[in-house]
Amino acid sequence: MKILVGYKRVVDYNVRIQVKPDGTGVVTDGVKLSANPFDDIALEEALRLREKGVAEEVIVVGIGPADLTAHLRNGLAMGANRAIHVVTSDAVQPLTAARVFLKLIEKEQPGLVILGKQAIDDDANQTGQMLAALWDRPQATFASKVDITLDNGGAGKVTVTREVDAGLEVIEAELPAVITTDLRLNEPRFIKLPDIMKAKSKPIDTIEFGSLGVESHDHLKTTHYAAPAKRSKGVMVKDAAELVAALKQKGLL
Amino acid sequence: MSKILVIAEHLGGKLNSSTARAVSAAAAMEGASIDVLVLADSVDAIAGEAAKIDGVSRVLTAARPENAHPLAAVLAPQIAKAAAGYSHVFVPSTTFGKDVAPRVAALLGVAQVSDVMSVEGTHTFKRPIYAGNAIITVEADAAHTVVATIRSASWPAATSGGNGAPVEALTGDALLLPTHTRFVELKQGSSDRPDLQSASKVVSGGRGVGSKENFDIIFKFADKIGAAVGASRAAVDAGYVPSDLQVGQTGKIIAPGLYMAIGISGAIQHLTGIKDAGTIVAINKDAEAPIFEIADFGLVGDLFKLIQELEQAL
Repeated sequence: MKILVGYKRVVDYNVRIQVKPDGTGVVTDGVKLSANPFDDIALEEALRLREKGVAEEVIVVGIGPADLTAHLRNGLAMGANRAIHVVTSDAVQPLTAARVFLKLIEKEQPGLVILGKQAIDDDANQTGQMLAALWDRPQATFASKVDITLDNGGAGKVTVTREVDAGLEVIEAELPAVITTDLRLNEPRFIKLPDIMKAKSKPIDTIEFGSLGVESHDHLKTTHYAAPAKRSKGVMVKDAAELVAALKQKGLL
Repeated sequence: MSKILVIAEHLGGKLNSSTARAVSAAAAMEGASIDVLVLADSVDAIAGEAAKIDGVSRVLTAARPENAHPLAAVLAPQIAKAAAGYSHVFVPSTTFGKDVAPRVAALLGVAQVSDVMSVEGTHTFKRPIYAGNAIITVEADAAHTVVATIRSASWPAATSGGNGAPVEALTGDALLLPTHTRFVELKQGSSDRPDLQSASKVVSGGRGVGSKENFDIIFKFADKIGAAVGASRAAVDAGYVPSDLQVGQTGKIIAPGLYMAIGISGAIQHLTGIKDAGTIVAINKDAEAPIFEIADFGLVGDLFKLIQELEQAL
């Protein structure tokens, strides 16, 4: 079985984002970029499934400008067999990303697609669900545990524990399916130096976005960026009694 | 005029308050007519609750055994079909809505506006990105249905009781629903405490609490003041409490009247989950902890000693 993994590059999660004073965007010049943390978890899960013998091949997919290659090399260094780079310099919204993945699925015929539940830049949390809809296959979002059972015919099912508001939900889905990862699914491995060297010889297929025949009409336009309303620093109280008195005065206790 | 279909969230035969919050967002659109769709195996009690929410014109129901559990693959085609004739489909931005809404949007071939925090016009909305560190204004294409998830913490629950909207079963041929996805079980922590997402008071513990056993102190204190219990990601990752208590960017986004952060340093991902709280109290032994930058009341010291003193001072 092949596993397709979404591997998005985003502003590193430690960067404190600044909105440009003119409201046209956020400052990204010179800012550190990294793999979306949920995508590292997706890749790690795929690698573990390969190590268990459930999958033979793990393919990382990136959609973005020409310089995305270095980022995809990180995915290869982590252990993916190969990478697919869909080249576009335009920002890609979730529905368009899902349509791109569908095209790649038609070509690669994976048994499983693993994506991060959300990218920490646009926080949309949509692409996996949209892909599952377009593909007309099961979705198991917010996964914190994944178990795959394959039968002799090559068909199989996946049992996924999902982190939902009410607790932990377990669902069962027939393969092929789309899984999106939550934080506690696994802890991604660190990339070792020899792996970086090895990754240099691994293949990256480059596909021009325009050659996929994907409709790229985006329905959403961002017209303005603003900094969030700031909470101001309050007061420091000296002891528990003063705190309780202050909260009682506000009618909170 | 906007015609808005709000998708009801429910569990155990009860309507979730996230539904009334989504109705509030719909009501923010002037002159909108608001229908609520209830998909369940047994709809009567849930539809009855939804019909009482002020501002609701009609409650539509889809009662099918397949709808016993909220599987996105099963619900989405029914919602997409029911959406015909509506200008907007609003779904609470809870794990339920986040799971199902994008599947509906893709079936309709439209984009989705996630986490709507304000309605600026029929097709203009504000939503947070980068863990709430930037707020963007987005315009949806007026030629298409708008599918949006509603950020519960930004909206009060619409009032309830004064309304008696008619309840109607959806008509038309029943869709053939997929069977490739099956519900197995829901493991729920049984708790008599208030629900974290709708509680007016929340006490959260972080890494500073130190252990699963120590976390009892947080639970006991929360019970004393009638609060729900939350936790930081660090506390969940360390195994002190289950994941459904996590507050933050990737956990629950909440807006209680009182939020008490105990032994939580205040990573930006955690602050994202609480910035709409009325009053934030921080208790931490590190006076430099970032949580104090946004807390209305800060108290520096040993949390175990301070909680004891707080209980005595109540």
